[in-house]
Amino acid sequence: MTSKNKNWEYSPSLESTGHIKLKKKYDLFINGKWVKSASKKYFKTINPNDEKLLAEISHANQKDVDLAVNSARKAYDTVWSKMPANERGKYIYRIARIMQERAKELAVIESLDSGKPIREARDIDIPLACNHFFYYAGWADKLDYAFPNRKTKPLGVAGQIIPWNFPLLMAAWKIAPALAAGNTVVLKPAETTSLTALKLAEIIEESGLPAGVVNIITGHGDTGASIVNHPDINKIAFTGSTGVGKIIQKAIAGTDKKATLELGGKSANIIFDDAPLDQAIEGIVNGIFFNQGHVCCAGSRLFVQENIADKVIRKLKHRMKSLVVGNPLDKNTDVGAINSKEQLQIINKYIKLGKKEGAEIYQSECSIPKKGFFCPPTIFTNVAQSSIIVQEEIFGPVLTIQTFRTVDEVIQKANNTPFGLAAGVWTDKGSRIFNLTTKLKAGVVWANTYNKFDPASPFGGYKESGFGREGGMHGLSAYLKLS
Amino acid sequence: MKNQNNFNSLPLSPSVDKVGVEERVSRFQKRSIKTNSKMDGLKMVLNMIDLTTLEGKDTPGKVRQMCYKAIHLHDSFPGLPTVAAVCVYPSMVGLAKSMVKDSGVKVASVSTAFPSGQAPLDVKITDTKYAVDQGADEIDMVISRGKFLAGEYAFVFDEIAQIKEVCGQARLKVILETGELATLDNVRKASDLAIYAGADFIKTSTGKIQPAATMQVTYTMLMAIRDYYDETGIMIGMKPAGGISNSKLALHNLVMVKELLGDEWLTNEWFRFGASSLANDVLMQILKTDTGKYQSSDYFTID
Amino acid sequence: MKRVEILKTYKIYSGGNFPRTESGRYYLALDKKGNPIANMCMGSRKDVRNAVVSARKALGAWSGKTAFNRSQILYRIAEVLEGRKSQFIEELILQGSQKNIAIKEVEDSIDRIVYYAGWCDKFCQIGSSVNPVSSSHFNFSTYEPVGVVGLIAPQDSSLLGLVSLLMPIIAGGNTCVVLANESLPLCSITFSEVLHASDVPGGAVNIITGHISELIKPLSTHMDVNALAFSGLSELKKEIDLFSVENLKRVRSYDLNWQNTDTQGLHYITDFQEVKTTWHPIENIGGATSTY
Repeated sequence: MTSKNKNWEYSPSLESTGHIKLKKKYDLFINGKWVKSASKKYFKTINPNDEKLLAEISHANQKDVDLAVNSARKAYDTVWSKMPANERGKYIYRIARIMQERAKELAVIESLDSGKPIREARDIDIPLACNHFFYYAGWADKLDYAFPNRKTKPLGVAGQIIPWNFPLLMAAWKIAPALAAGNTVVLKPAETTSLTALKLAEIIEESGLPAGVVNIITGHGDTGASIVNHPDINKIAFTGSTGVGKIIQKAIAGTDKKATLELGGKSANIIFDDAPLDQAIEGIVNGIFFNQGHVCCAGSRLFVQENIADKVIRKLKHRMKSLVVGNPLDKNTDVGAINSKEQLQIINKYIKLGKKEGAEIYQSECSIPKKGFFCPPTIFTNVAQSSIIVQEEIFGPVLTIQTFRTVDEVIQKANNTPFGLAAGVWTDKGSRIFNLTTKLKAGVVWANTYNKFDPASPFGGYKESGFGREGGMHGLSAYLKLS
Repeated sequence: MKNQNNFNSLPLSPSVDKVGVEERVSRFQKRSIKTNSKMDGLKMVLNMIDLTTLEGKDTPGKVRQMCYKAIHLHDSFPGLPTVAAVCVYPSMVGLAKSMVKDSGVKVASVSTAFPSGQAPLDVKITDTKYAVDQGADEIDMVISRGKFLAGEYAFVFDEIAQIKEVCGQARLKVILETGELATLDNVRKASDLAIYAGADFIKTSTGKIQPAATMQVTYTMLMAIRDYYDETGIMIGMKPAGGISNSKLALHNLVMVKELLGDEWLTNEWFRFGASSLANDVLMQILKTDTGKYQSSDYFTID
Repeated sequence: MKRVEILKTYKIYSGGNFPRTESGRYYLALDKKGNPIANMCMGSRKDVRNAVVSARKALGAWSGKTAFNRSQILYRIAEVLEGRKSQFIEELILQGSQKNIAIKEVEDSIDRIVYYAGWCDKFCQIGSSVNPVSSSHFNFSTYEPVGVVGLIAPQDSSLLGLVSLLMPIIAGGNTCVVLANESLPLCSITFSEVLHASDVPGGAVNIITGHISELIKPLSTHMDVNALAFSGLSELKKEIDLFSVENLKRVRSYDLNWQNTDTQGLHYITDFQEVKTTWHPIENIGGATSTY
C-alpha cells in the first residue's frame, strides 16, 4: 500500500506574456504627447532573468527636462490649479480604474522588466499601485480637513525621481498624492525599470488627463540631476539611496524647493523567546527575501534572543529550503532575479566581505539559473554590530543574524545605526511590544508582522533614512503649502 | 513503539498568531500545480484518502459498497491506486476487514465514544479493544475536549496514553476536534499533548463539527509535528478530516505538507485525508487532465 | 552713601548648570547707544559640543515625561516668568526697547508659553491617525519628537522670538541647544534661569551666547543634532542647508515677525515631530489577504 514516490516537484507554471503590448522603442511623454528626445539617444532595457532586450528607451537631456517642466508649469497655471478639486479627483479615479483593468498586463511587464516574481507583481505591487491612486483620488476635494485651522495650496510643479525596486508602485506613491494636492508632475523612472511608468503614461493618455499635468521622461542620473536643478520646480520627491539623497539635498540647499526623501535602511527585526515562532520565521523570510531583498525597509538585521537562537536558525534554514528561486514569470517563484548586473555585483561584493569578516554563511540549496542575475537567499551568523555587513545597506537577499540577551540591549543595538526606516518586533507580550515600538527610532514599526504596506498607512524614515511621509493623510503635506 | 513520555515531559507550546498563519496558508494556496505535478499529486491524494462512513444509519450494505469502491475507484481508467483505508464504526470493522482482504486497503475504526468522547475511560477502553479485536489496523480516537477546555490536560494526556496501550499493533490517530478547541493556540497545545502522549497520527476533526480541517488548523498541527521531529527524530502522521471535498484544496494540503515537513511525509503512511466525497472530485480532475474535457458527476460512481 | 549694586554675571546655560564658556572669552553686549551693558560669554564650538551631549542625555528624561507633566512644566515656566516680569522688562529697556513695548513683549511671551503649555497633551491627538488598512491589521500613526534640535534664536527679537520657537520645540518632547540672540542676549540667559526654576530637567534646554557666525557650523554640522530651526538669516540659509546634509537634519527656516499674534500654532510643534506608524495583526476581521 505504501509506495514512496519520488519527490513531488512543482512543474513549471509560467505566466503567459501573449497579451502584453510593448513597443520596440519608447519616446518621452511630455505635454500629453509622445515626443522624441532632443538627445536622439536611446538605451536598452533588458529582462534580468535572461538578459534579453525588452525595449529601447529614450535618454532625456536638459532640453527635454526643460520642455517637460515648462509643460507641467503651463498645465499647472492654465488648467490644473484652476480645476475644481472634485473634478481633479475624478481624473485620478479614472487613472486608478484603467490601471485595474490593465492590472495583469502591468504585472507581467513589471516582472519582466524588474525581475520580481510575478506573484509579487500580481498580488502586491500592482494592486497597491492602483489602490494608491484610488485612495488619493478621494482626498482631492477634502484637503482642508486634513490640516485643521490652515489653508492648503498646491506647491506647483513637482519633480519626482523613483527607484527600480517597486517601479510602478513608487510612481503611484509619487504621482497620486501630488495630483490630489493639485500639483503637476515631471516623473523620471529608474533607467533599468522604466517600462511600467511608460505604460502608466499610456494609461494617463487614455484617461484624458489634461496635457502636461503628468510628464514622464526616462533617462539616467544626468536626467535626474537636470530635474533636481531645474529652477522652475517647486518640489523634489526622491526615493533611492541615501548617497543620492544627500547629493539632492546639497543641490537644492538655499532654495525654496521642498523635498521629500525616502532613502536607505538597515532595519532591525527582533525576535523574543515568547514570539509566535513559526510566524516570526515567516516575518524574517518576508522581511529579507521579499523582492530579492530590494526593499528599503528590508528587515536586514535580525536580532534573536540568545536562548532561542539555535532553534530560530534551524527553522529559518528549513524554511529557506522551500523558497523557489528562479524565473520570475513562474507563478511558483518566491525569489526572482536581481534587478541588474551592477546590483548583483554589489551584493556579491558584500557576501565576499561577510566571509572575509569571519561571518558564517548559509545559502539556500537551490539551483540558480545559468543566465540572468541571481543570488540565492543568504544568511550570515556569527556577526557583530561592528561587522560592515551589519552596518551597510546591501539591498539584496542577505540577512545578518545577531543574538541579544535583554530588552534594553536590543533596543540600543537596533537604534545604533544612522538609518531609521523600519523595525520589526516579535513577542507575545503586549506591554513589551509597546515598549519597543515606542523606543525604536524608525518611521514604521511592524509588530508581529513585517513588510506590510497600504495606501492609508504613512511610510517614511527617521534620521538618514530620509524625511517626509508617503501614504495616508500625512502623505499629503509633502505636496501642499499650508498657511 | 513504547511511549517514553509522561505528562511532565510535555514542553510549553509556542504561541500561534492567527493572522500570520492565514498569510502563510494563503501562500500555499497560491502555488500553481500544473501538468505532471498535478497528475502525480492527484494520484497521491487518492492514495491518501481514508474513505469514510460514520453515520447512525450505517448498514452492512452501505459498508460493503464503500469497501468495494475503496479498491475499485474508477476501473475504466487503469493505473489508479486504491485509497489508503476505509474508516468505520467499531461495529462495522469485522465486515470491512472481510471486504478489503489483502487489497492493501487498511481498516480504520473510530473509538472512545466517538464523536463526543463523553464516556468513562473504561467504556472507551472496551470500545477500542473491541475494534482492535475485530481486526482494525488503525484506531481514530477522540480526545476529551471538555476536560481539555477545563484545563485538565493531565487527564487528557493519560487517557490518550491508556488508549495507546490498548491499541497494540494498531496505529493510533488522535482526533483533536479542532472546531471545538476554538483557538489555534489550543490546537497547538492539544497537538503537542497528543503527540507526547503517544499518538502515531494527529487528526483534526470528527467530521461532525464545523469548522473542520481548515488549512490554518492543519498548518498549526503540522508545525507541532515538525517541532517534535526536530526534537526527537520521530515522525508523526497527520490526517485532516472533514471539509476537504475538492481536488484543489487537497493539492494545497499536499503543498503544505511538502513545504513544512518534506517529501518524506508525502505517503499514506504519514498523511491521510479523512473524506467521503473527495475521491470523486479527484477522479474527475484526473480524467479532465488526461482527456482535456471537463467531467460530469454522472460518470463517477457514488458508493 | 549710595549702596553699591551687585551686577549680574551672565553665563551660559548647559546641562542644567551655569558655567562660563570653556573658552574663557567674552564679548560686550551693548545698549542702543553703543554703551557696554554686560560681559557676555563668547561661546565656542566646545560649548556647543557639550550642550549637544547634555541635550542628548536629557532627551530620554524629557520626552519620557507624560505629556500632561510637560504641560505642567511649561505652565510653570509661564508662572515663574510672570513673577520675574520686571526683570525682563528692565533688560529689554536696557537693550533699547521702549517701556510699553518691553512690557508687551514680556506679557506676550508669557501668554505664548501658556499657549504651548496647553498644546503639550493635545497636539498628538490632532495629528495622529488610525489608518484603515485593507488587511487584518491595526495600524496607527502618531508623533514622536525628532530628538535634539538646534535653535538659532531669532535675531530681531530678544525674548518673544526665543519663546516662540523654543516652546513648540520642547512642548513636543524635544531637547534643544539654543544659540542666543547675539546682539540682544540678556533675556535669553535670564530666561534660562526661569527654565532652571521651573522643573525643566537639566540639559533639556541649553543656551549659548556668542557669535552666531562662529557657532553655526559646529551646531549644524553636529552629527548628533536631528533638526535645526532658525528665523530670518536668509543670507546663511544655503550654508546652514549644506552643513545639515551630512546626517540629513530636518531644517526649518522661518521668516516671520514673532511679535505678531498669528505666529503661534500647532504646526510649529509638528515641524519638530516624526510620524511613526505601527502595525499589529488583529484576529478575525476578515482575511489576511486583502481582496484587491
